[in-house]
Amino acid sequence: MKLTEYEQAMLAGEFGEPKRRAIEQQIQVGQFFDAEDFVEISQAHIMGDTESLGAAGVAFLETIAAYPEAERRVSVPTITDPRGIDMCRYRQLKQRSEWATLEQRAIDAMRALGILMTDTCINYQTVQAPVPGQHLAFGDTGVVIYSNSVCGARSNFEGGPAALAAALTGRTPRYGYHLDRCRQGTHLFEVQFEPKNLTEWGALGAIVGRRSGSYWTVPVLTNLDTEPGSDELKHFGAAMASYGSVPLFHIVGVTPEAHDVESQFDGNVPDPTPITRTDLQDFYESFGRHDEQVDVVVFSAPQLSLMEMQQVAELLKGRKVHEGTALLVATSPENKSASDRMGLTSLIENAGGMVLSGVCFYQMYARETGRANGWKRLLSNSAKLVNIIGGYGYEPVLAPMEACVEAAVKGRM
Amino acid sequence: MLKVTYRGHVGIGPKASGEALVAKDNFSARYDLDRVNGVFSREAHRLYGQSYVDKILVLNTAKGGVATAWMLHEMASRRMAPAALLLNSANPIMAQGAALAGLPFMDRFEQDVTEVIKSGDRVTVDPQSGTIIVERQGG
Repeated sequence: MKLTEYEQAMLAGEFGEPKRRAIEQQIQVGQFFDAEDFVEISQAHIMGDTESLGAAGVAFLETIAAYPEAERRVSVPTITDPRGIDMCRYRQLKQRSEWATLEQRAIDAMRALGILMTDTCINYQTVQAPVPGQHLAFGDTGVVIYSNSVCGARSNFEGGPAALAAALTGRTPRYGYHLDRCRQGTHLFEVQFEPKNLTEWGALGAIVGRRSGSYWTVPVLTNLDTEPGSDELKHFGAAMASYGSVPLFHIVGVTPEAHDVESQFDGNVPDPTPITRTDLQDFYESFGRHDEQVDVVVFSAPQLSLMEMQQVAELLKGRKVHEGTALLVATSPENKSASDRMGLTSLIENAGGMVLSGVCFYQMYARETGRANGWKRLLSNSAKLVNIIGGYGYEPVLAPMEACVEAAVKGRM
Repeated sequence: MLKVTYRGHVGIGPKASGEALVAKDNFSARYDLDRVNGVFSREAHRLYGQSYVDKILVLNTAKGGVATAWMLHEMASRRMAPAALLLNSANPIMAQGAALAGLPFMDRFEQDVTEVIKSGDRVTVDPQSGTIIVERQGG
């Protein structure tokens, strides 16, 4: 890789050991992906919950935090993905106090690096929306796909260690979605139905993700005669990234880089793959139903926007969640305090639900928490969540928000 | 004994060798693994129930989220990681995770590695030269 004088000095250790190690690690990744040089970034977003960090990851952060301030501080504004523990709720969720202790150590270490603890996977809705052409080092696949596709910004999937390295050095290897040539369409899909709710948008994203199937594919969608909002595109993108590891999509007439089909494919437009309502139905049915009992209903993955918080609250108004069923809602700290202020939290909690702040269900020790609470049969409106949570010992079923709330009240579907 | 060398892209991490564990499935440490016990825990995965510890793990492509990047480091710190990871096609997360963990990792081979390597083969991985050697008893 071509290095500037500044980068060479960093590699020589002139700005301290944390930045030297960071750029060394970045060069390995850059060479792996044939990057010619680095690109400067203006923001980083770090996924660093303790469930994935583990004790080893926390110790690694603490090692960096022990260096002098000038050497350990991040070089660009750096924000965080959800935590592994909601400090106000973990006892109620029968989660272990040692997880909370570990989480607090991770928080202290990240603060010492000058990281802003936003604890959110919807920073584009709640902290600051990226702008077209902005080079970023973002973690959380849902954050990256939204920032790339909807905002027109430029980021690869930067896992926790890579986003941290980029935050320290202020740059990232220039490959993948930082380059124009990687942002062209590779697959064309013709959507033959109109998604009606967030779950159908998520399911459509999941179907496209599965059929695209790799980090290097860019699906282009046509024939969507509708105007999705931020929450629709959030569920759509999060599911596509989850099922297909896809970091960028274009919807012709909707997203900023998709003016028309021809320009997306440099004139060589492939035959479109149709996606029908039958495909959607098949997708739903692949998860089955919970006719006897639902143990836990989860609204999460991604965290809920203020509008989604209001929708759940309105559906629960004056009702009671069944005694054999738990209902969990996860949102960002900003939206939690807004929901408190606007009376949405009390509507949900008076009905027997629980509002969690700064966490996301699958990033908070879901396996052990499920065992401790006897949760197995799970219902969610998130196509992303039902994809992930099967690996954690749950039997997930997908249903729209209204049906999820109904099931929470009745205790079954 | 059958002994064949295959070329891939230059990879990450030191040399390693071990017994292959192979499937045509994709891979995510968060979605597919019980990392405490070192086994595949997702029922839909072809390697469900099998231990990956110290194996040369050979799968198709990386899928899912960014968590795998920290998880490879965490697994390696407890010596509960694969000896090496070979994919037909990587995503950045696996490369970033391997770089932090010091886990031998390669992708982009001349052939489909999930076809040419069988579970039980002995595989030697040399990421810096971008080659692997596959040995099979009685082949």
